[in-house]
Amino acid sequence: MTKIVALISGLIFGFGLALSGMTHPEKVLGFLDVAGQWDPSLLFVLGGAVTVTVISFRVILKLRAPVFAAAFLVSEAVSLDWPLLIGSSLFGAGWGISGYCPGPAVALLAAPNWELWVFLPAMLLGYGLHWYFFGRLAQVDQAGVIDNLKSELPGCG
Amino acid sequence: MLNALLGGVLIGSAAALFLWLNGRIAGVSSVITNLLFSKDRLWSALFITGIVAGAALFYALGGSTPTPRSNFPAWLLALAGVSVGFGTALARGCTSGHGVCGLGRLSPRSLVATLTFLSVGLLTTFVVRHILGVI
Repeated sequence: MTKIVALISGLIFGFGLALSGMTHPEKVLGFLDVAGQWDPSLLFVLGGAVTVTVISFRVILKLRAPVFAAAFLVSEAVSLDWPLLIGSSLFGAGWGISGYCPGPAVALLAAPNWELWVFLPAMLLGYGLHWYFFGRLAQVDQAGVIDNLKSELPGCG
Repeated sequence: MLNALLGGVLIGSAAALFLWLNGRIAGVSSVITNLLFSKDRLWSALFITGIVAGAALFYALGGSTPTPRSNFPAWLLALAGVSVGFGTALARGCTSGHGVCGLGRLSPRSLVATLTFLSVGLLTTFVVRHILGVI
């Protein structure tokens, strides 16, 4: 059942992403380019999405467990650290150059063009480099300190 | 603007469904990381397949497909790609993980991450477009 849920959630996510216009990098850059012809679309996308999650997550996370799994896999890390700040800065720089974040880069496989064939492999290389330099370290940490397992989970926060 | 709002509501609903039923955060960068480097790959492969199928459905119904830029330097696009992949892996989240989901659960780390990538994004776009002159 969790497999069908993953597919359907992805489907709704991808449809929403394409409908919102965020698979068009010039719309994203139109938002980030405040000195040009400003396009507020991204604010509406983020506003619409966050309104839904703020309300629904409050209710969902009060449940004892998700419907088809044993527990919620949500990071409990609260402290701010350098990886968060440096990583988000690197992401912001790449996003501000290209107009692509990971979601649209994946969704663009549905309408591939030359930009996708350059950006997507480069992005995957970025994930590979991170895994090569930091991935093994995190695995050692996880194996050594079980208590930290939850905060080491990939995901938000 | 209505499409942007409706699209956002759908993205948020997909994230809510995924958390409620599967207990997982619908953050695309962590789904990709899971697909590439974990042993439990199937659910992330299905989520990614869903994203592509969902976008394909929208385009098949007549939604406009993105037009590639003809004069954008490929090396700069590649550099941006590496930076997005490495950066979101290091920060453990992107626009969906920290933005949509993290803000949704009022995580201070996600708020800081979102403000950071938004402000660096604004600054970078300004430099690239108005100082370097790349459109």
